[in-house]
Amino acid sequence: MRIYLGGEAEVRIHEDRVEKIRKPKRYRIRELDEILRKRRTITEAKIISAARRAGVATPIILDVEGDKIVMEKIDGIPVRDRISKEICREIGKSVAKLHKAGIIHGDITPMNIILKDDKIYFVDFGLSFHDERLEAKGTDIHVFFEALKAGFDNWEELWEGFLEGYKSYEKFEEVMERFREIELRGRYVERD
Amino acid sequence: MISLGIESTAWNFSIGVVTENKVILVINRAYKPKEGGIHPREAAQHHSEIVGEVFREVFNQIPPEKIDVIAFSQGPGMGPCLRIGATAARVLSLKLGKPLVGVNHCLAHVEIGRWLTGAKDPVTLYVSGGNSQIIAKRKGRYRVFGETLDIGIGNALDKLARYFGFPHPGGPKIEELAKKGSQYYELPYVVKGMDFSFSGIVTAAMKLFDEGVPMEDIAFSFQETVFAMLTEVTERAMAYLDKEEALLVGGVGANSRLQEMLRIMCEDRGARFYAPPKEFMGDNGAMIAYTGLLMFKAGVTTKIEESFIKPDFRIEEVEVLW
Repeated sequence: MRIYLGGEAEVRIHEDRVEKIRKPKRYRIRELDEILRKRRTITEAKIISAARRAGVATPIILDVEGDKIVMEKIDGIPVRDRISKEICREIGKSVAKLHKAGIIHGDITPMNIILKDDKIYFVDFGLSFHDERLEAKGTDIHVFFEALKAGFDNWEELWEGFLEGYKSYEKFEEVMERFREIELRGRYVERD
Repeated sequence: MISLGIESTAWNFSIGVVTENKVILVINRAYKPKEGGIHPREAAQHHSEIVGEVFREVFNQIPPEKIDVIAFSQGPGMGPCLRIGATAARVLSLKLGKPLVGVNHCLAHVEIGRWLTGAKDPVTLYVSGGNSQIIAKRKGRYRVFGETLDIGIGNALDKLARYFGFPHPGGPKIEELAKKGSQYYELPYVVKGMDFSFSGIVTAAMKLFDEGVPMEDIAFSFQETVFAMLTEVTERAMAYLDKEEALLVGGVGANSRLQEMLRIMCEDRGARFYAPPKEFMGDNGAMIAYTGLLMFKAGVTTKIEESFIKPDFRIEEVEVLW
């Protein structure tokens, strides 16, 4: 068994299954800690199922108990290690499906997507939520944009690939307009 | 080698003088708004009124001819304020015939933090009035891995404090109130990937105040929520980038609860937590002087005609050659 200590949860990778456990964080007060762990576990399990129904490849949920989700193991490699324009196009198509279903992934990064047999799987819905607003969708793709920019020298090409795939979303233009706004907003904000 | 640095991005006009090994002096003249938040032009007015006396004070302690390089904060920041520092730097550079170096303000926070703490390759949480960012180095540049989608954390603390009736800066007041609070009221917890936002939390906290919740409890709940968000994102960046050091810089870094949360998070990951002394957390001239010195020694200088201010200067634009 391998254990990956993520920022938000401990992921235990067994032979045949993956367990995701949201352990208490000592740095935050108990009240907030319990709210976050419980809520995120339930939300994540529900959203993984919804994403599958929307046509996005995800692991199958085997069990949910308290702060633990047990799911199918996707035996592949993170797309971070084999990123390409084509893979980014596939990611774009999947994100279009999620957004069409009103699902905001919340953490689209090349570490959270697994490549197995030339197929991409979204494995981490730990920060996902339902939201139909353009703001949420624009922010969602902004996370991926930032991750590409920070992680890869050829990020411009990769981003282009993503947009080619994401174009399959009918609100593409509207989301992109909001995305550009968000991009400007993240700059230095003067006080009023 | 001796470097003089001028910082004037926002509320503080500060000059620092450093060598490779130590800080020789720092002189601060903070602008305090009579009411409300910082007004860029009023702050600039303040800076322009005191710039002469600050230089006299500096040159009483160190003869101008001993200075080898003049650094100034080129951005990001408030245009009118930046202009005062940049103008002073140009005049000084021409008058003394010494090279000029334009410094990125955010990068200077990281560099002085590393210098004074010994952190080597940290994930830096930079929290101030206008900025809130998670910064780490990759392939010769500092990159922003997460940041606020609306206002800076310091600005958020100010807004809440002002709503309670306290003047700028609000952070220390909120910290003091929070120590007396104990009842946790749930507030929105807004983390999107590595980014976060604060304005919705401020609005929710203001609503609690309108409903009669004691301000001590609101301050407590507010701090617990926003600092947990910042700590969570810092941890996520450390996990993602495989880094074993966290560095806290920026004025809000002086908050003891934020320091405590980051320290505990690092302990639990087997990582190390660093924070420079309080006087070098907030905006100061020494950080500009030190970073200017690093850049100058790596062969970087800024020509007068290229020394225009950059209010939206991004840390990624600077190639780290030192």
